[in-house]
Amino acid sequence: MTKLLEANDLRKVFGGAVRAVDGVSFSLDERETLALVGESGCGKSTVSRLILRLTDPTEGTIRFEGQDMGRMSQRALKEVRREIQFVFQDPFSSLDPRMTAGDIVTEPLAVHGLIKGRAKRRDTATDLLKTVGLSAKHVNNWPRQFSGGQRQRLGIIRAFALGPRLIVADEPVSALDVSVRSQVINILQDMQEDKGTAYLFISHDMATVKHIADRVAVMYLGKIVELAPKSSFFSAPQHPYSEALLSAVPASHPDKRRERILLQGDPPSPVNIPSGCRFHTRCPLAQELCKREEPPLAQVADNHAAACHFAQAWPMRSRVADTSASGP
Amino acid sequence: MLDRIFLNLALGFLSLIAIVVVFGDFIQPHDPLAQNFLSRDEGPSAEYWLGTDDFGRDVFSRILEGTRLSMTIGLASPLIAAVIGIGMGTTAAYFGGWAERVITRITDMMMSFDPLLLGVLVVALLGPGILNLAVAISFALIPSFIRLSRASALSVRQEGYVDAAIAMGRPSYSTILRHVLPNISGPLVVMTTLWVGTAIRLEATLSFIGLGAQPPAPSWGNIVRYGVQNIFGSPLPALFAGLAITLTVLSFNILGDALRDRLDPDRAAR
Repeated sequence: MTKLLEANDLRKVFGGAVRAVDGVSFSLDERETLALVGESGCGKSTVSRLILRLTDPTEGTIRFEGQDMGRMSQRALKEVRREIQFVFQDPFSSLDPRMTAGDIVTEPLAVHGLIKGRAKRRDTATDLLKTVGLSAKHVNNWPRQFSGGQRQRLGIIRAFALGPRLIVADEPVSALDVSVRSQVINILQDMQEDKGTAYLFISHDMATVKHIADRVAVMYLGKIVELAPKSSFFSAPQHPYSEALLSAVPASHPDKRRERILLQGDPPSPVNIPSGCRFHTRCPLAQELCKREEPPLAQVADNHAAACHFAQAWPMRSRVADTSASGP
Repeated sequence: MLDRIFLNLALGFLSLIAIVVVFGDFIQPHDPLAQNFLSRDEGPSAEYWLGTDDFGRDVFSRILEGTRLSMTIGLASPLIAAVIGIGMGTTAAYFGGWAERVITRITDMMMSFDPLLLGVLVVALLGPGILNLAVAISFALIPSFIRLSRASALSVRQEGYVDAAIAMGRPSYSTILRHVLPNISGPLVVMTTLWVGTAIRLEATLSFIGLGAQPPAPSWGNIVRYGVQNIFGSPLPALFAGLAITLTVLSFNILGDALRDRLDPDRAAR
Protein backbone atom coordinates (compact mmCIF):
# COMPACT_ATOMS: atom_id res chain seq x y z
CA MET A 1 0.00 0.00 0.00
CA THR A 2 1.29 3.44 -0.81
CA LYS A 3 1.99 5.62 2.14
CA LEU A 4 0.66 9.17 2.22
CA LEU A 5 4.16 10.54 2.62
CA GLU A 6 7.46 8.78 2.29
CA ALA A 7 10.79 10.46 2.94
CA ASN A 8 13.72 8.41 1.81
CA ASP A 9 17.30 9.12 2.91
CA LEU A 10 16.82 12.89 2.92
CA ARG A 11 19.98 14.92 3.14
CA LYS A 12 20.46 18.65 3.22
CA VAL A 13 23.90 20.18 3.28
CA PHE A 14 24.17 23.95 3.70
CA GLY A 15 27.17 25.77 2.31
CA GLY A 16 28.93 22.53 1.42
CA ALA A 17 29.75 21.69 5.04
CA VAL A 18 26.78 21.95 7.39
CA ARG A 19 25.03 18.58 7.35
CA ALA A 20 21.75 19.81 8.79
CA VAL A 21 19.82 16.72 7.70
CA ASP A 22 21.97 13.68 7.24
CA GLY A 23 19.98 10.71 6.00
CA VAL A 24 16.43 10.83 7.30
CA SER A 25 13.78 8.32 6.28
CA PHE A 26 10.25 7.99 7.55
CA SER A 27 6.74 7.50 6.33
CA LEU A 28 3.34 8.74 7.29
CA ASP A 29 -0.09 7.17 6.91
CA GLU A 30 -3.42 8.87 6.41
CA ARG A 31 -4.83 10.29 9.65
CA GLU A 32 -1.60 9.60 11.46
CA THR A 33 0.37 12.01 13.63
CA LEU A 34 4.10 11.56 13.56
CA ALA A 35 5.96 13.70 16.06
CA LEU A 36 9.48 14.70 15.17
CA VAL A 37 11.35 15.67 18.33
CA GLY A 38 14.85 16.79 19.24
CA GLU A 39 16.90 19.68 20.56
CA SER A 40 17.04 22.96 18.68
CA GLY A 41 19.55 22.70 15.87
CA CYS A 42 19.02 18.97 15.30
CA GLY A 43 17.58 19.58 11.84
CA LYS A 44 13.91 18.98 12.51
CA SER A 45 12.83 22.34 11.09
CA THR A 46 14.95 21.70 8.02
CA VAL A 47 13.05 18.45 7.54
CA SER A 48 9.78 20.36 7.62
CA ARG A 49 11.11 22.85 5.06
CA LEU A 50 12.18 19.96 2.85
CA ILE A 51 8.74 18.35 3.03
CA LEU A 52 7.11 21.68 2.15
CA ARG A 53 9.59 22.11 -0.71
CA LEU A 54 10.72 25.46 0.65
CA THR A 55 14.20 24.20 0.05
CA ASP A 56 15.41 21.37 -2.16
CA PRO A 57 17.10 18.33 -0.62
CA THR A 58 20.76 17.77 -1.45
CA GLU A 59 19.96 14.08 -1.75
CA GLY A 60 17.03 11.76 -1.18
CA THR A 61 13.43 11.71 -2.28
CA ILE A 62 10.08 12.73 -0.89
CA ARG A 63 7.10 10.84 -2.22
CA PHE A 64 3.55 12.05 -1.73
CA GLU A 65 1.14 9.21 -2.49
CA GLY A 66 3.93 7.48 -4.33
CA GLN A 67 4.85 10.44 -6.56
CA ASP A 68 8.36 11.84 -6.32
CA MET A 69 7.96 15.53 -5.50
CA GLY A 70 11.45 16.29 -6.79
CA ARG A 71 10.55 15.25 -10.33
CA MET A 72 7.24 17.01 -10.60
CA SER A 73 6.33 19.71 -13.07
CA GLN A 74 5.45 23.11 -11.60
CA ARG A 75 1.79 22.41 -12.26
CA ALA A 76 1.81 19.01 -10.55
CA LEU A 77 3.73 20.46 -7.62
CA LYS A 78 1.12 23.16 -7.22
CA GLU A 79 -1.57 20.47 -7.08
CA VAL A 80 0.38 18.60 -4.40
CA ARG A 81 0.81 21.82 -2.44
CA ARG A 82 -2.97 21.87 -2.09
CA GLU A 83 -2.73 18.60 -0.20
CA ILE A 84 0.18 19.57 2.03
CA GLN A 85 -0.38 22.58 4.24
CA PHE A 86 1.53 23.93 7.21
CA VAL A 87 1.37 25.71 10.53
CA PHE A 88 4.47 27.67 11.41
CA GLN A 89 6.08 28.27 14.75
CA ASP A 90 5.99 32.04 14.99
CA PRO A 91 2.42 33.34 14.85
CA PHE A 92 3.78 36.86 14.49
CA SER A 93 5.85 36.33 11.40
CA SER A 94 3.62 33.80 9.66
CA LEU A 95 0.78 36.26 8.96
CA ASP A 96 1.35 39.11 6.51
CA PRO A 97 0.89 42.34 8.53
CA ARG A 98 -0.57 44.02 5.45
CA MET A 99 -3.42 41.57 4.95
CA THR A 100 -6.69 41.39 6.86
CA ALA A 101 -7.65 38.27 8.77
CA GLY A 102 -10.26 37.43 6.15
CA ASP A 103 -7.77 37.68 3.31
CA ILE A 104 -5.22 35.65 5.24
CA VAL A 105 -7.44 32.67 5.93
CA THR A 106 -8.83 32.56 2.41
CA GLU A 107 -5.48 33.13 0.72
CA PRO A 108 -4.88 29.43 -0.09
CA LEU A 109 -8.31 29.25 -1.76
CA ALA A 110 -7.59 32.37 -3.77
CA VAL A 111 -4.16 31.12 -4.85
CA HIS A 112 -5.72 27.96 -6.19
CA GLY A 113 -8.53 29.86 -7.90
CA LEU A 114 -11.21 28.19 -5.80
CA ILE A 115 -12.88 31.37 -4.74
CA LYS A 116 -14.11 34.28 -6.83
CA GLY A 117 -15.41 37.68 -5.86
CA ARG A 118 -15.19 39.83 -2.73
CA ALA A 119 -18.55 38.82 -1.29
CA LYS A 120 -17.93 35.10 -1.66
CA ARG A 121 -14.48 35.50 -0.15
CA ARG A 122 -15.89 37.38 2.79
CA ASP A 123 -18.53 34.74 3.46
CA THR A 124 -16.02 31.92 3.27
CA ALA A 125 -13.69 33.82 5.58
CA THR A 126 -16.47 34.25 8.12
CA ASP A 127 -17.29 30.55 8.00
CA LEU A 128 -13.64 29.65 8.47
CA LEU A 129 -13.17 32.07 11.36
CA LYS A 130 -16.19 30.61 13.13
CA THR A 131 -14.67 27.13 13.13
CA VAL A 132 -11.93 28.30 15.48
CA GLY A 133 -14.04 30.49 17.74
CA LEU A 134 -13.52 33.81 15.97
CA SER A 135 -16.38 35.71 14.42
CA ALA A 136 -17.52 37.79 11.47
CA LYS A 137 -16.42 40.97 13.17
CA HIS A 138 -12.79 39.83 12.92
CA VAL A 139 -12.82 39.56 9.12
CA ASN A 140 -11.40 43.01 8.51
CA ASN A 141 -9.03 43.08 11.46
CA TRP A 142 -5.28 43.29 10.95
CA PRO A 143 -3.00 40.60 12.37
CA ARG A 144 -1.56 43.04 14.92
CA GLN A 145 -5.00 43.33 16.50
CA PHE A 146 -4.98 39.65 17.51
CA SER A 147 -3.29 37.93 20.43
CA GLY A 148 -0.67 35.23 19.91
CA GLY A 149 -3.17 32.42 20.44
CA GLN A 150 -5.71 33.99 18.09
CA ARG A 151 -3.05 34.47 15.45
CA GLN A 152 -2.04 30.84 15.68
CA ARG A 153 -5.69 29.88 15.28
CA LEU A 154 -5.76 32.00 12.11
CA GLY A 155 -2.70 30.09 10.96
CA ILE A 156 -4.45 26.80 11.64
CA ILE A 157 -7.63 27.56 9.71
CA ARG A 158 -5.53 28.90 6.88
CA ALA A 159 -3.87 25.49 6.84
CA PHE A 160 -7.22 23.71 6.81
CA ALA A 161 -8.88 25.98 4.24
CA LEU A 162 -7.97 23.72 1.32
CA GLY A 163 -8.87 20.52 3.14
CA PRO A 164 -5.35 19.13 2.93
CA ARG A 165 -4.38 15.50 3.53
CA LEU A 166 -1.20 16.41 5.42
CA ILE A 167 -0.28 19.31 7.64
CA VAL A 168 3.30 20.00 8.60
CA ALA A 169 3.18 21.73 11.97
CA ASP A 170 6.56 23.16 12.92
CA GLU A 171 6.43 23.80 16.68
CA PRO A 172 2.92 25.26 16.39
CA VAL A 173 2.56 25.95 20.11
CA SER A 174 6.07 26.57 21.38
CA ALA A 175 5.76 30.34 20.89
CA LEU A 176 2.48 30.47 22.82
CA ASP A 177 1.73 30.99 26.49
CA VAL A 178 1.17 27.80 28.39
CA SER A 179 -2.40 28.91 29.07
CA VAL A 180 -3.36 28.93 25.38
CA ARG A 181 -1.24 25.96 24.32
CA SER A 182 -3.74 23.28 25.23
CA GLN A 183 -6.49 25.27 23.55
CA VAL A 184 -4.56 25.35 20.27
CA ILE A 185 -3.57 21.68 20.60
CA ASN A 186 -7.21 20.77 21.09
CA ILE A 187 -8.19 22.68 17.98
CA LEU A 188 -5.54 20.76 16.06
CA GLN A 189 -6.90 17.46 17.39
CA ASP A 190 -10.54 18.33 16.71
CA MET A 191 -9.68 19.38 13.17
CA GLN A 192 -7.85 16.10 12.65
CA GLU A 193 -10.82 14.08 13.86
CA ASP A 194 -13.14 16.08 11.63
CA LYS A 195 -11.11 16.00 8.45
CA GLY A 196 -8.84 13.00 8.83
CA THR A 197 -5.70 14.99 8.19
CA ALA A 198 -2.28 13.53 8.88
CA TYR A 199 0.20 15.60 10.88
CA LEU A 200 3.94 15.82 10.79
CA PHE A 201 4.22 17.45 14.18
CA ILE A 202 7.57 18.99 14.98
CA SER A 203 8.26 19.77 18.59
CA HIS A 204 10.80 19.80 21.36
CA ASP A 205 8.16 19.58 24.05
CA MET A 206 7.64 16.00 25.22
CA ALA A 207 4.43 16.77 27.11
CA THR A 208 2.76 18.05 23.93
CA VAL A 209 4.07 15.10 21.95
CA LYS A 210 2.72 12.63 24.48
CA HIS A 211 -0.68 14.25 24.10
CA ILE A 212 -0.95 14.41 20.32
CA ALA A 213 1.34 11.87 18.65
CA ASP A 214 0.68 8.38 17.30
CA ARG A 215 4.32 7.72 16.59
CA VAL A 216 7.47 9.51 17.69
CA ALA A 217 10.70 10.05 15.78
CA VAL A 218 13.67 11.38 17.72
CA MET A 219 16.26 13.36 15.80
CA TYR A 220 19.82 13.97 16.88
CA LEU A 221 22.34 15.88 14.76
CA GLY A 222 20.44 15.43 11.51
CA LYS A 223 19.52 11.80 11.91
CA ILE A 224 16.60 9.85 13.34
CA VAL A 225 17.95 7.85 16.28
CA GLU A 226 14.68 6.33 17.44
CA LEU A 227 11.33 5.75 15.76
CA ALA A 228 8.52 4.11 17.70
CA PRO A 229 4.81 4.08 18.48
CA LYS A 230 4.00 6.54 21.22
CA SER A 231 3.14 4.02 23.92
CA SER A 232 6.26 1.93 23.60
CA PHE A 233 8.38 5.03 23.16
CA PHE A 234 7.23 6.59 26.40
CA SER A 235 7.22 3.35 28.35
CA ALA A 236 10.43 1.82 27.03
CA PRO A 237 12.68 4.20 25.10
CA GLN A 238 15.56 2.33 23.50
CA HIS A 239 18.05 5.09 22.79
CA PRO A 240 19.97 6.79 25.62
CA TYR A 241 19.28 10.16 23.99
CA SER A 242 15.52 9.56 24.04
CA GLU A 243 15.78 8.57 27.66
CA ALA A 244 17.61 11.81 28.42
CA LEU A 245 14.91 13.82 26.62
CA LEU A 246 12.16 12.05 28.54
CA SER A 247 13.88 12.53 31.85
CA ALA A 248 13.75 16.27 31.25
CA VAL A 249 9.94 16.28 31.33
CA PRO A 250 8.64 17.40 34.71
CA ALA A 251 6.71 14.58 36.32
CA SER A 252 2.98 14.87 36.97
CA HIS A 253 3.46 13.34 40.42
CA PRO A 254 6.49 13.46 42.75
CA ASP A 255 6.50 9.66 43.14
CA LYS A 256 6.64 9.18 39.40
CA ARG A 257 9.76 11.24 39.06
CA ARG A 258 12.30 9.83 36.67
CA GLU A 259 16.00 9.68 37.25
CA ARG A 260 17.22 12.98 35.75
CA ILE A 261 19.86 12.35 33.12
CA LEU A 262 21.90 15.42 32.40
CA LEU A 263 23.69 15.33 29.09
CA GLN A 264 27.21 16.64 29.21
CA GLY A 265 28.07 19.63 27.04
CA ASP A 266 26.40 21.04 23.94
CA PRO A 267 25.46 18.99 20.92
CA PRO A 268 28.40 18.75 18.50
CA SER A 269 28.32 21.02 15.45
CA PRO A 270 26.70 19.61 12.30
CA VAL A 271 29.82 20.81 10.47
CA ASN A 272 31.89 18.27 12.34
CA ILE A 273 29.79 15.22 13.13
CA PRO A 274 31.52 12.76 15.50
CA SER A 275 32.77 9.46 14.12
CA GLY A 276 30.86 6.26 14.82
CA CYS A 277 27.67 6.82 16.75
CA ARG A 278 27.03 10.56 16.54
CA PHE A 279 25.81 10.59 20.12
CA HIS A 280 28.85 8.93 21.69
CA THR A 281 30.45 12.22 22.82
CA ARG A 282 27.56 12.83 25.22
CA CYS A 283 26.29 9.32 25.86
CA PRO A 284 26.47 8.04 29.44
CA LEU A 285 26.80 4.49 28.07
CA ALA A 286 29.36 5.00 25.32
CA GLN A 287 31.87 2.19 24.72
CA GLU A 288 34.83 1.80 22.37
CA LEU A 289 32.56 0.29 19.72
CA CYS A 290 30.44 3.45 19.62
CA LYS A 291 33.41 5.62 18.60
CA ARG A 292 34.22 3.36 15.67
CA GLU A 293 30.98 2.14 14.24
CA GLU A 294 27.78 3.98 13.43
CA PRO A 295 24.78 1.94 14.60
CA PRO A 296 22.01 1.56 11.98
CA LEU A 297 18.41 2.40 12.76
CA ALA A 298 17.31 -1.19 13.44
CA GLN A 299 14.14 -2.85 14.64
CA VAL A 300 14.41 -3.70 18.32
CA ALA A 301 10.75 -4.51 19.02
CA ASP A 302 7.41 -4.33 17.22
CA ASN A 303 7.61 -1.28 14.95
CA HIS A 304 10.18 0.10 17.34
CA ALA A 305 13.50 1.08 15.81
CA ALA A 306 16.55 2.56 17.49
CA ALA A 307 20.04 3.45 16.34
CA CYS A 308 22.08 2.25 19.31
CA HIS A 309 24.53 -0.64 19.60
CA PHE A 310 23.17 -1.47 23.03
CA ALA A 311 19.47 -1.02 22.41
CA GLN A 312 17.38 -3.74 24.00
CA ALA A 313 20.46 -5.15 25.72
CA TRP A 314 18.84 -4.46 29.04
CA PRO A 315 16.19 -2.07 30.34
CA MET A 316 17.24 1.46 29.70
CA ARG A 317 16.50 2.94 33.08
CA SER A 318 18.63 0.50 35.02
CA ARG A 319 21.43 0.91 32.52
CA VAL A 320 21.50 4.61 33.03
CA ALA A 321 21.11 4.28 36.77
CA ASP A 322 24.03 1.82 36.90
CA THR A 323 26.40 4.05 35.05
CA SER A 324 25.45 7.11 37.01
CA ALA A 325 26.04 5.22 40.26
CA SER A 326 29.44 3.94 39.21
CA GLY A 327 30.38 7.09 37.32
CA PRO A 328 33.12 9.46 38.43
CA MET B 1 4.55 72.06 15.85
CA LEU B 2 7.14 73.81 13.69
CA ASP B 3 7.41 70.58 11.65
CA ARG B 4 3.70 70.74 11.07
CA ILE B 5 3.85 74.34 9.82
CA PHE B 6 6.72 73.57 7.46
CA LEU B 7 4.95 70.49 6.17
CA ASN B 8 1.82 72.51 5.44
CA LEU B 9 3.86 75.21 3.70
CA ALA B 10 5.60 72.55 1.62
CA LEU B 11 2.34 70.86 0.71
CA GLY B 12 0.86 74.24 -0.18
CA PHE B 13 3.81 75.06 -2.41
CA LEU B 14 3.68 71.68 -4.11
CA SER B 15 -0.05 72.11 -4.76
CA LEU B 16 0.73 75.43 -6.44
CA ILE B 17 3.35 73.66 -8.55
CA ALA B 18 0.79 71.04 -9.53
CA ILE B 19 -1.65 73.76 -10.62
CA VAL B 20 1.07 75.49 -12.63
CA VAL B 21 1.98 72.24 -14.37
CA VAL B 22 -1.58 71.36 -15.28
CA PHE B 23 -3.03 74.79 -16.06
CA GLY B 24 0.18 76.56 -17.13
CA ASP B 25 -1.26 77.69 -20.45
CA PHE B 26 -4.00 79.67 -18.77
CA ILE B 27 -1.86 81.17 -16.04
CA GLN B 28 1.10 82.41 -18.03
CA PRO B 29 0.54 86.16 -18.61
CA HIS B 30 2.82 86.18 -21.69
CA ASP B 31 4.13 83.73 -24.26
CA PRO B 32 7.29 82.43 -22.58
CA LEU B 33 9.10 82.43 -25.94
CA ALA B 34 7.92 85.81 -27.21
CA GLN B 35 10.77 88.31 -27.40
CA ASN B 36 10.24 92.01 -26.94
CA PHE B 37 13.36 94.01 -27.65
CA LEU B 38 11.77 97.21 -26.45
CA SER B 39 11.75 95.92 -22.88
CA ARG B 40 14.98 94.05 -22.21
CA ASP B 41 16.31 93.45 -18.72
CA GLU B 42 13.47 95.24 -17.04
CA GLY B 43 12.69 95.11 -13.34
CA PRO B 44 9.36 93.91 -11.94
CA SER B 45 6.34 95.86 -13.15
CA ALA B 46 2.61 95.43 -13.48
CA GLU B 47 3.17 94.17 -17.01
CA TYR B 48 6.11 91.86 -16.25
CA TRP B 49 5.71 90.65 -12.65
CA LEU B 50 9.23 89.32 -12.29
CA GLY B 51 10.81 91.50 -14.92
CA THR B 52 12.21 90.46 -18.30
CA ASP B 53 15.39 88.83 -19.51
CA ASP B 54 18.03 89.76 -22.06
CA PHE B 55 15.67 89.02 -24.94
CA GLY B 56 12.78 90.86 -23.35
CA ARG B 57 10.94 87.63 -22.49
CA ASP B 58 8.68 87.56 -19.45
CA VAL B 59 10.61 85.89 -16.59
CA PHE B 60 7.45 84.87 -14.71
CA SER B 61 5.98 83.09 -17.73
CA ARG B 62 9.27 81.40 -18.47
CA ILE B 63 9.60 80.10 -14.92
CA LEU B 64 6.04 78.79 -15.05
CA GLU B 65 6.75 77.04 -18.34
CA GLY B 66 10.06 75.77 -16.95
CA THR B 67 8.15 74.27 -14.03
CA ARG B 68 6.45 71.88 -16.39
CA LEU B 69 9.67 70.58 -17.82
CA SER B 70 11.52 70.43 -14.54
CA MET B 71 8.66 68.68 -12.78
CA THR B 72 8.13 66.22 -15.62
CA ILE B 73 11.74 65.15 -15.43
CA GLY B 74 11.79 65.48 -11.65
CA LEU B 75 8.86 63.08 -11.27
CA ALA B 76 9.37 60.80 -14.25
CA SER B 77 13.03 59.96 -13.61
CA PRO B 78 12.62 58.72 -10.03
CA LEU B 79 9.49 56.79 -11.00
CA ILE B 80 11.22 55.07 -13.92
CA ALA B 81 14.21 54.40 -11.67
CA ALA B 82 11.90 53.08 -8.94
CA VAL B 83 10.15 50.62 -11.24
CA ILE B 84 13.39 49.26 -12.69
CA GLY B 85 15.39 49.43 -9.47
CA ILE B 86 12.74 47.88 -7.24
CA GLY B 87 12.11 45.18 -9.80
CA MET B 88 15.79 44.27 -9.91
CA GLY B 89 16.32 44.63 -6.16
CA THR B 90 13.41 42.43 -5.11
CA THR B 91 14.24 39.86 -7.78
CA ALA B 92 17.80 39.68 -6.47
CA ALA B 93 16.69 39.32 -2.87
CA TYR B 94 13.89 36.87 -3.60
CA PHE B 95 15.69 34.42 -5.84
CA GLY B 96 19.24 34.79 -4.53
CA GLY B 97 21.87 32.75 -6.35
CA TRP B 98 23.41 33.96 -9.58
CA ALA B 99 20.64 36.49 -10.27
CA GLU B 100 21.54 38.22 -7.03
CA ARG B 101 25.27 38.11 -7.71
CA VAL B 102 24.88 39.63 -11.18
CA ILE B 103 22.53 42.36 -9.99
CA THR B 104 24.67 43.35 -7.00
CA ARG B 105 27.78 43.55 -9.20
CA ILE B 106 25.94 45.79 -11.67
CA THR B 107 24.78 47.94 -8.76
CA ASP B 108 28.32 48.26 -7.42
CA MET B 109 29.51 49.31 -10.85
CA MET B 110 26.79 51.92 -11.26
CA MET B 111 27.35 53.15 -7.72
CA SER B 112 30.98 53.92 -8.48
CA PHE B 113 29.88 56.69 -10.83
CA ASP B 114 28.82 60.00 -9.41
CA PRO B 115 25.22 60.71 -10.53
CA LEU B 116 26.30 63.92 -12.22
CA LEU B 117 29.13 62.16 -14.02
CA LEU B 118 26.78 59.41 -15.11
CA GLY B 119 24.37 62.05 -16.39
CA VAL B 120 27.13 63.75 -18.37
CA LEU B 121 28.18 60.37 -19.76
CA VAL B 122 24.70 59.39 -20.93
CA VAL B 123 23.97 62.78 -22.46
CA ALA B 124 27.37 62.83 -24.13
CA LEU B 125 26.63 59.41 -25.63
CA LEU B 126 23.01 60.01 -26.62
CA GLY B 127 23.12 63.76 -27.19
CA PRO B 128 21.31 66.49 -25.25
CA GLY B 129 17.54 66.60 -25.06
CA ILE B 130 14.73 66.15 -22.60
CA LEU B 131 14.21 62.42 -23.10
CA ASN B 132 17.92 61.67 -22.82
CA LEU B 133 18.05 63.83 -19.74
CA ALA B 134 15.30 61.76 -18.13
CA VAL B 135 17.09 58.56 -19.09
CA ALA B 136 20.37 59.87 -17.69
CA ILE B 137 18.85 60.90 -14.37
CA SER B 138 16.88 57.70 -13.87
CA PHE B 139 20.00 55.72 -14.73
CA ALA B 140 21.80 57.58 -11.98
CA LEU B 141 19.06 56.81 -9.45
CA ILE B 142 18.53 53.12 -10.26
CA PRO B 143 21.36 51.72 -8.10
CA SER B 144 20.05 53.36 -4.92
CA PHE B 145 16.65 51.83 -5.56
CA ILE B 146 18.22 48.42 -6.12
CA ARG B 147 20.20 48.71 -2.90
CA LEU B 148 17.32 49.78 -0.70
CA SER B 149 14.71 47.41 -2.14
CA ARG B 150 17.10 44.47 -2.01
CA ALA B 151 18.05 45.14 1.60
CA SER B 152 14.42 45.52 2.65
CA ALA B 153 13.27 42.54 0.62
CA LEU B 154 16.00 40.36 2.12
CA SER B 155 14.56 40.84 5.58
CA VAL B 156 10.98 40.32 4.38
CA ARG B 157 12.11 37.17 2.57
CA GLN B 158 12.89 35.68 5.99
CA GLU B 159 9.36 36.21 7.24
CA GLY B 160 7.08 33.26 7.76
CA TYR B 161 4.35 34.66 5.54
CA VAL B 162 6.62 34.51 2.50
CA ASP B 163 7.38 30.84 3.19
CA ALA B 164 3.67 30.39 3.76
CA ALA B 165 2.84 31.88 0.37
CA ILE B 166 5.36 29.63 -1.39
CA ALA B 167 4.19 26.55 0.48
CA MET B 168 0.57 27.18 -0.43
CA GLY B 169 1.55 27.28 -4.08
CA ARG B 170 1.63 30.99 -4.91
CA PRO B 171 3.86 31.67 -7.95
CA SER B 172 7.02 33.71 -7.32
CA TYR B 173 5.96 36.85 -9.15
CA SER B 174 2.70 36.87 -7.25
CA THR B 175 4.44 36.36 -3.91
CA ILE B 176 6.69 39.33 -4.68
CA LEU B 177 3.73 41.50 -5.67
CA ARG B 178 1.35 40.51 -2.88
CA HIS B 179 3.65 39.91 0.06
CA VAL B 180 7.11 41.38 -0.49
CA LEU B 181 6.29 44.73 -2.12
CA PRO B 182 3.55 45.85 0.30
CA ASN B 183 5.86 45.16 3.20
CA ILE B 184 8.80 47.15 1.83
CA SER B 185 6.74 50.01 0.38
CA GLY B 186 7.27 52.39 3.33
CA PRO B 187 10.98 53.14 2.92
CA LEU B 188 10.66 53.07 -0.87
CA VAL B 189 7.92 55.70 -0.95
CA VAL B 190 10.06 57.88 1.29
CA MET B 191 13.10 57.44 -0.89
CA THR B 192 11.20 58.13 -4.11
CA THR B 193 9.95 61.40 -2.64
CA LEU B 194 13.42 62.44 -1.55
CA TRP B 195 14.85 61.53 -4.95
CA VAL B 196 12.32 63.78 -6.70
CA GLY B 197 14.14 66.69 -5.09
CA THR B 198 17.47 65.29 -6.20
CA ALA B 199 16.23 64.67 -9.74
CA ILE B 200 15.05 68.28 -10.04
CA ARG B 201 18.44 69.44 -8.84
CA LEU B 202 20.22 67.12 -11.28
CA GLU B 203 18.08 68.36 -14.14
CA ALA B 204 18.95 71.93 -13.21
CA THR B 205 22.64 71.06 -12.93
CA LEU B 206 22.78 69.29 -16.28
CA SER B 207 20.80 72.03 -17.96
CA PHE B 208 23.07 74.60 -16.33
CA ILE B 209 26.11 73.07 -18.00
CA GLY B 210 24.20 72.92 -21.27
CA LEU B 211 23.37 69.23 -21.42
CA GLY B 212 19.67 69.49 -20.66
CA ALA B 213 16.75 71.25 -22.24
CA GLN B 214 17.91 73.21 -25.26
CA PRO B 215 16.98 76.87 -25.76
CA PRO B 216 14.68 78.53 -26.42
CA ALA B 217 12.56 76.00 -24.41
CA PRO B 218 12.81 77.12 -20.80
CA SER B 219 13.70 74.85 -17.93
CA TRP B 220 14.73 76.05 -14.50
CA GLY B 221 18.28 74.93 -15.17
CA ASN B 222 18.78 76.79 -18.41
CA ILE B 223 17.00 79.92 -17.17
CA VAL B 224 19.65 80.03 -14.44
CA ARG B 225 22.35 79.30 -17.01
CA TYR B 226 21.49 82.21 -19.31
CA GLY B 227 20.55 84.35 -16.36
CA VAL B 228 24.03 83.97 -14.96
CA GLN B 229 25.63 84.77 -18.30
CA ASN B 230 23.67 87.99 -18.33
CA ILE B 231 23.77 88.60 -14.62
CA PHE B 232 24.90 92.22 -15.01
CA GLY B 233 22.06 92.92 -17.44
CA SER B 234 19.44 91.64 -15.03
CA PRO B 235 19.96 89.30 -12.05
CA LEU B 236 16.24 88.54 -11.83
CA PRO B 237 15.92 85.46 -14.13
CA ALA B 238 18.72 83.55 -12.39
CA LEU B 239 17.49 84.67 -8.99
CA PHE B 240 13.87 83.59 -9.39
CA ALA B 241 14.60 80.37 -11.25
CA GLY B 242 17.11 79.51 -8.52
CA LEU B 243 14.48 80.31 -5.92
CA ALA B 244 11.97 78.02 -7.65
CA ILE B 245 14.49 75.17 -7.65
CA THR B 246 15.39 75.72 -4.00
CA LEU B 247 11.81 75.90 -2.78
CA THR B 248 10.71 72.83 -4.74
CA VAL B 249 13.64 70.70 -3.61
CA LEU B 250 13.10 71.88 -0.05
CA SER B 251 9.40 71.05 -0.22
CA PHE B 252 10.03 67.54 -1.47
CA ASN B 253 12.62 66.99 1.24
CA ILE B 254 10.22 68.18 3.94
CA LEU B 255 7.52 65.92 2.49
CA GLY B 256 9.95 62.98 2.40
CA ASP B 257 10.96 63.51 6.02
CA ALA B 258 7.33 63.69 7.08
CA LEU B 259 6.55 60.48 5.19
CA ARG B 260 9.51 58.78 6.81
CA ASP B 261 8.20 59.69 10.24
CA ARG B 262 4.79 58.41 9.29
CA LEU B 263 5.88 55.17 7.61
CA ASP B 264 8.92 54.27 9.71
CA PRO B 265 8.49 50.60 10.62
CA ASP B 266 9.88 51.29 14.09
CA ARG B 267 7.27 53.90 14.78
CA ALA B 268 4.28 52.42 13.00
CA ALA B 269 2.43 49.91 15.16
CA ARG B 270 3.05 46.44 13.87
